[in-house]
Amino acid sequence: MIRFNDSDLLDLQRRLVILRVGLLLVVALLTLRLWHLQIREGPYYRDLSENNRTRTVVLEPARGLIFDRNGILLANNVPSFALYVTLEDVKDRQGLIAQLASLLGLDPEVIQKKLSTGKGGKLLPRKVKDRLTLREATLIESHRLDLPGVMIQVESQRNYPGGAAAAHLLGYVGEVSADQLEKADFADLHQGSIVGQYGVEKAFDRQVRGRAGQKSVEVDALGHEKRAVVAEKSVAGDDLYLTVDIRLQKIAEDLLGEESGAIVALDPTTGDVLAMASRPGFDPNMLSKELTNKQWVEIVQNERRPLNNRATQGQYPPGSTFKVVMAAAALESNTVTPSTMVRCNGGYQFGNRLFHDWKQGGHGSVDINQALIHSCDVYFYTVGQRMGIDTIAEYAKQFGLGQETGVELPSERVGIVPSTAWKQKARNQPWYPGETISAAIGQGYVTVTPLQMASVIGTVANDGVAVRPRLVQAVINRITGERTEFPPTVRGKVAVKPATMTLIKEALADVVTKGTATRAKSSLVTIAGKTGTAQTAALRTGPEKDIPKRLRDHAWFVAFAPVEAPRIALAVLAEHMGHGGSAAAPLAKDVIEAYVKAYPQVLKGPPARGRSKSPALTPGSRPKA
Amino acid sequence: MIDRVIDSRGLDSFDLRFLGLIAIILSVGVLSIYSVTHSQETAFPFYLKQLVWILLGTVAFLVMYLSDYHKIARLAYPTYAVILILLAVVLLMGKSSRGAQRWIPIGPFAFQPSEFAKLVLVLVLANYYSRVSRVGWLQRVVLPGLIVLPGLLLILKQPDLGSGLSFLAVYAAMLLMVGVRSKALGIILLLSVMLFPFVWEMVWASLHDYQRQRVMAFVDPDYDPGGKGYHALQSKIAIGSGELSGKGLYGGTQSQLKFLPEGHTDFVFAVYAEEWGFVGVLVLLALFIALIWVSLEIAARAKDTLGALLAAGIVAMLCFCVVVNIGMTAGMFPIVGIPLPLVSYGGSATIMTMASLGLLLNVKRRRLTLFY
Repeated sequence: MIRFNDSDLLDLQRRLVILRVGLLLVVALLTLRLWHLQIREGPYYRDLSENNRTRTVVLEPARGLIFDRNGILLANNVPSFALYVTLEDVKDRQGLIAQLASLLGLDPEVIQKKLSTGKGGKLLPRKVKDRLTLREATLIESHRLDLPGVMIQVESQRNYPGGAAAAHLLGYVGEVSADQLEKADFADLHQGSIVGQYGVEKAFDRQVRGRAGQKSVEVDALGHEKRAVVAEKSVAGDDLYLTVDIRLQKIAEDLLGEESGAIVALDPTTGDVLAMASRPGFDPNMLSKELTNKQWVEIVQNERRPLNNRATQGQYPPGSTFKVVMAAAALESNTVTPSTMVRCNGGYQFGNRLFHDWKQGGHGSVDINQALIHSCDVYFYTVGQRMGIDTIAEYAKQFGLGQETGVELPSERVGIVPSTAWKQKARNQPWYPGETISAAIGQGYVTVTPLQMASVIGTVANDGVAVRPRLVQAVINRITGERTEFPPTVRGKVAVKPATMTLIKEALADVVTKGTATRAKSSLVTIAGKTGTAQTAALRTGPEKDIPKRLRDHAWFVAFAPVEAPRIALAVLAEHMGHGGSAAAPLAKDVIEAYVKAYPQVLKGPPARGRSKSPALTPGSRPKA
Repeated sequence: MIDRVIDSRGLDSFDLRFLGLIAIILSVGVLSIYSVTHSQETAFPFYLKQLVWILLGTVAFLVMYLSDYHKIARLAYPTYAVILILLAVVLLMGKSSRGAQRWIPIGPFAFQPSEFAKLVLVLVLANYYSRVSRVGWLQRVVLPGLIVLPGLLLILKQPDLGSGLSFLAVYAAMLLMVGVRSKALGIILLLSVMLFPFVWEMVWASLHDYQRQRVMAFVDPDYDPGGKGYHALQSKIAIGSGELSGKGLYGGTQSQLKFLPEGHTDFVFAVYAEEWGFVGVLVLLALFIALIWVSLEIAARAKDTLGALLAAGIVAMLCFCVVVNIGMTAGMFPIVGIPLPLVSYGGSATIMTMASLGLLLNVKRRRLTLFY
């Protein structure tokens, strides 16, 4: 047997020194590494570990409620389930997308897009779907262990109890878009936040939006909630009180029925928008949901353009309703006097062209009063020609045409008030005198919105004082109860003598009693008004019923009541419905009658302080939602 | 022919120091295991199980301490044969966990032969080299290499990269100790085992993700199934976020909230580092260095070659496990499954380590009274 001898043993023991040195060297390296991790980069890793365990969950605020002028609820919130995904906790993104797609029946691409857009990084939960059904929510909850990073959150969902009523006015809400997120106005929002996208919801989004809260949730490695660490409560948005009377609004909408058109009713003394109907309409509940591409295309490409608020965005030739402005302009510019007579034999020769009067054979000799009552075209052709387009334009602008009325709705259109300067600028052409003749009866280049016309007739009713139309009378802070009023604002006074206004108002009253709008005559209240028929095609022959509907004239009627102390001014526009006197005037009468029935006090002379409220609502009180 | 008398003076201050260090390190382990797993509601929690393993380990320690290590060494070859068979059994019918087959189920527990194989290898090689001497290259390197090979292959087949590397480390350390003709060879071998992880890391960094995943899937499929360095990153976050003084006991959010996988076993050092900070880390490293230093003392003072080789082999094995485990949790090495001796939860590893330490003290105990 061979053995190590003693010298071998000594050798071996010397070699142990190598092991000692090597060990110390390696331990020194380890220490250095741990020092680097814990001391030099310690704060960095501390941050990482904090982020590892806490997720900031945004608590969506409840939007403010919207009420009509009498405290009837127009928009509230109902609880709904929303699904959020925190990317940080998702291990297999494609797998999760596929699973969610099959559980919820969604397009995987849509989910992919939701997860890849917006700010906030991987730690901020992103909303993938809201308005989950109870069934979907339970389905997700029961698969929770297989779906790390997925959260179901109860949120409030916008709801419009009235359905399609006042849809254009109220608007709808939707997720904040990527473009919006980049603007300063939306700086406090994040992907998935709900903002107003149309109507009052959009115009008053700042007030109604509220402020989001935050919840810091400690989660484990699977993204499962352990406990909420800090909570900053969300603050509900402010409530809005509109000037609209929803009952009147519904009546106006029903009167238009399936036809296209608009009815705008204002209180001429305050500018309150009592009703603003536009047809066809839409259901804001549906638009506030997430629409599929197909549904969206159906709405946007609908030929009747239901999303268009015809009251503020529809631009139509005013037709004979423009004669109200023309009469004021002719008298004030001293082109005519009340007694100036013009001979009407059914046509007006200008150069080699004959401009017809609507009445074959003409009205005979008429003064301005007769011309308004019977809507004599030849009279206004004549005075228009004498005034010239620029004088017409000056007065039209004084009445507020060609500019925004200032109503609190997004994307208001302004129409066109033609003038020589306008034509040069817009068309790069000189003004032809013949065009003045068309403009004189509200045809040709002249276009207006129904709201503008309601404002014009309201200004006449209010003896020349133009009040800015207002939709919202007050905003009430939910928490403090503090009420911020939006008082009526006078936009300006038309430079028209009281005598002129009186003459016009008397003539307009006669239009209803014995002129073109006898079908607007009411047994309840005195009504004054002016009919209009806006041509849509230049040359037409044959009886009305033979013309295809889309080429028929638009019917106009502008009116105010009671004549003695006007409290309602309105414009009715019915697209392709023919004559104003037959198609539009009866609708105006019905709206006015409904109004005076609901507010009988308006018949008892002028209001004490320029306000009217139905007895149901005492100022400052907040009805229950 | 040789008269062996057992030292009858009982435990001296050296022994007490040795045992004290072991006890402290074991307590650190139990505490850390308790901290990670105390929130789990099980009838028999991990820290209690670990206490049972320590109890069994104490029995193993006493058996190894009280028996004559020469007699134990004589049983080396048969024991190695048994271990080889067990390793084969593991491959054929073992309990698989996370893609690797390492355990033989015994009742509610699982027995991991590869852990015991390390100690048996130390015994086999020490026994071999104490009998064969001053002969050629063949007897010094090749023959013992052939002894190591079957065990190594069976372990790598499981696959258990960590135990395989420990196997190589023991072999290399033995070569160094017996002094291969050119000492350089031994040094190079040892260094290459020590440096392998560093080199690996460099090569690793140059690989594409999919290549890494393939390599990793080949050598060690049970870690990091996502291939995104999740475990390594969470471990680094745990250690780093401990900063100077740590988050305190039970305060380790990384481990308490289970971001850190295997918190009670292979990554227990990260749990400890998160809760006790750099200060605690220095203390634990000092404890390990002290234990190894004392052990090296035993090797240096052994009175015969077998004792010296046994002690050196055990120390080398201990060193290797400590360094590689801490290195991997700190993100210096790739993650291979090596537990931290005396600290990580695990029956086989705890019992084996304590048995090794018993054998060490056995070597010391006999050196004073060994006469030729």
